[in-house]
Amino acid sequence: MRADAAASRDYAGRLRRHQPRPPILRNVLAAFLVGGLICVVGQAVLGWFMSGGMTPKDAAAPTAAVMVIAGALLTGLGLYDELARFAGMGSALPITGFANSIVAPALEAKREGYVLGVGAQLFTIAGPVIVYGVLAALAAAALRYGLVGP
Amino acid sequence: MSLTNFVWAFVVGGLLCAAAQLVVDVTRLTPAHTMVLFVSLGAAFSALGLYEPLTQLAGAGATIPLPSFGHALVQGALEGARREGFLGLVAGGLEATALPLTAAIGFGYLMAVVFSPRG
Repeated sequence: MRADAAASRDYAGRLRRHQPRPPILRNVLAAFLVGGLICVVGQAVLGWFMSGGMTPKDAAAPTAAVMVIAGALLTGLGLYDELARFAGMGSALPITGFANSIVAPALEAKREGYVLGVGAQLFTIAGPVIVYGVLAALAAAALRYGLVGP
Repeated sequence: MSLTNFVWAFVVGGLLCAAAQLVVDVTRLTPAHTMVLFVSLGAAFSALGLYEPLTQLAGAGATIPLPSFGHALVQGALEGARREGFLGLVAGGLEATALPLTAAIGFGYLMAVVFSPRG
């Protein structure tokens, strides 16, 4: 049993050595540039809402909504996935990438129908993000509420 | 809003994405796992009072990347708790994030219906 585990660990290690090494520096730089630029666009949208008299706090949610709509539209046009190939997490981590993670699988699942295809696949990645986000936030907020008050 | 705001948004937003890319490349976690990790980290940092100062410094640089979803959930829950105690704590998170979430579902659905898959 123990020998089995050791052998499988050894195999995993060997497998890992033979997988192509990702070009980390290039990937991290591309993520930094594209992620930063998307946030600059977000900052411009935020500024537009604030010029209408909103506080930065009030303007955050409508800004996120505008960026979501932009990300969904660019995914529908097939442009966001091109960007994602270059930028990796630089395009995935901003909320535009969250929109991309909703539209892309739903679009692919269209031929499986509108309920079990589009309706279900909208949440392939967004589902886990929402589930663990809500759970983590509930735990964190309850802890803070219990320990130091709201 | 000055040039400084844009520079901070670029730097902080870029660094968050670079950190996520580093996690993907070094640990071989999938992008989906990394997104889940960063949302949860955002919630934790928010409850510790560390995310709010970042949003004040970086504006959209902190509110556009996904950890801000965890932050918005926690701040909404705490605001709900201040208003109406325990029930507010439970409901407040999704109340605060309803606008972007509904936009994502509504517009995501619309885009999936309007456009055809490629390839």
